Amino acid sequence: MQVEQISIFIENKSGRLAEITRILGETGINIRALSLADTSDFGILRLIVNDVERAKVVLKEKGFTVNKTEVVAVEVPDKPGGLSTILQSLDRDRINVEYMYAFVERCGGNAVIIFRFDETDKAIASLAANGFTILAGERLYSM
Amino acid sequence: MASYFNEEFETLPRAALEALQLKRLQAVLARVSANVPFYRNSLAQAGVKPQDIRSLADLQRLPFTTKQDMRDSYPYGLFAAPMEEIVRIHASSGTTGKPTVVGYTQQDIAVWTELMARSFVAAGAHKGDIIHNAYGYGLFTGGLGAHYGAEKLGASVIPISGGNTKRQIMIMQDFGSTVLTCTPSYSLYLAEEAAAEGVDIKTSKLRVGIFGAEPWSEAMRAEIEANLGLDAIDIYGLSEIMGPGVAIECIEAKQGLHIWEDHFIPEIINPETGQPVADGEKGELVITTITKQGIPLIRYRTRDITSIDRTPCVCGRTHGRIARLSGRSDDMLIIRGVNVFPSQIESILVRIEGVEPHYLLIVDRRDNLDTLEVQVEVNEGMFSDEIKVLQSLGRRIEKEIKDMLGVTSTVKLVEPKTIQRSEGKARRVQDNRNL
Repeated sequence: MQVEQISIFIENKSGRLAEITRILGETGINIRALSLADTSDFGILRLIVNDVERAKVVLKEKGFTVNKTEVVAVEVPDKPGGLSTILQSLDRDRINVEYMYAFVERCGGNAVIIFRFDETDKAIASLAANGFTILAGERLYSM
Repeated sequence: MASYFNEEFETLPRAALEALQLKRLQAVLARVSANVPFYRNSLAQAGVKPQDIRSLADLQRLPFTTKQDMRDSYPYGLFAAPMEEIVRIHASSGTTGKPTVVGYTQQDIAVWTELMARSFVAAGAHKGDIIHNAYGYGLFTGGLGAHYGAEKLGASVIPISGGNTKRQIMIMQDFGSTVLTCTPSYSLYLAEEAAAEGVDIKTSKLRVGIFGAEPWSEAMRAEIEANLGLDAIDIYGLSEIMGPGVAIECIEAKQGLHIWEDHFIPEIINPETGQPVADGEKGELVITTITKQGIPLIRYRTRDITSIDRTPCVCGRTHGRIARLSGRSDDMLIIRGVNVFPSQIESILVRIEGVEPHYLLIVDRRDNLDTLEVQVEVNEGMFSDEIKVLQSLGRRIEKEIKDMLGVTSTVKLVEPKTIQRSEGKARRVQDNRNL
């Protein structure tokens, strides 16, 4: 029930994001969702793409440091309080969210949120037990 | 008219000085071959017996001693006196975490004290001076070396040591310090901090500054003299040989540092071939200690690059003068007076990462203080999708460097392949200091 995300180390200097997106574009890889975390010196670009393995290979070939991480994609009702319901449920089960970001596409009438938990399995169990819909990777990559 | 601390020996005619050197060299060779297995072996390997050394030129037949030899003999292996006679132990940072250890007998301390007193007088200090000694006290030889010499001179020494600059400025003014001893960069920092406090250090009673333990330049001397209103004198020393006071400029000439040749025999060699170079030519300074008892060293490779001038000096001292140190024949860096080898930082990185990382040390001087930036290429092993993990990695490296080497650094994580490689080997150091 997990989704593979790739993360890329980038120095805080001009043209790095353009370079990564150019490489992926030329390889025909589609970015499905992204989040950029940054500090004054460096940043971490996290991507959900339609071809994880290929993206990892081409970026490594170009000299980037790339990691793969398991994240969880959850459907969230696209209405006021939708996200809050999920976060309150996670909080009750004392599950810590490392970071999260929104998916570009909607799934039916719902938004999709990507979560990174420190205890992924426990988080999945909690979400499932509380009736939330978790999206499988294959579904997400091709959405 | 120059003044001296020990006029007879400081102005000894060259012929008498060289005769004394030979006599003392023979004595020290007899001593080390009797008491130090390392030297017994190295002399045997070189096929030389102490009695074969009949002139100073024969010195070249003796093997060198290196810092590696000192490391291999850690801690006391090169001591030539029993521990009951060793009254002081100092150490300087080593390349692999283990320091280089030196021991002094009562007589060694007496000689060091005299040579430091001579150095103070050569620099223009005298009895009645108030000496503000801002060299660090401790395992580092700077603080205690200068301290004993100042007392021997009959000056009043303020053992302020390093740090707490605001307090230093207050004490310097209130106590009426006339002589300042510290690193050259710290003197400029002091002047700047004083200015920030509204104090013009030029109007203080400071007359002479004796600066060493890190490389500096004539341009820096001009800056220090202008900003502090004193005569800035260069001093040289290293713990392996003794500590501060191995060589000093005289205030009369400020042209090269007189090396006390009645206790040390200096040679300048080509660091590649090991062969001597002519007077005035640049090469690596090699020193033989001819009166030391605790840990005499034969032909010690200092790795410091200089030249020697044995022509007469206006001050009347007959001891040769080495030129201001102009570099190293190895990759050692001196950062805020602390010796740093790139290999030390590499071993810290390897320990943290478990792999050999690509890194670059960028040394600079900002606001008169040395800065060290450690750039580390982020590889997959250390990379994480979480910011906090990478940030704590950087902080951990900074802390390890501070703990192990005593140097404050800033770690910057950079992308792979951004650090220049030359001929397959990475360039490890970029020194931007304009010395």
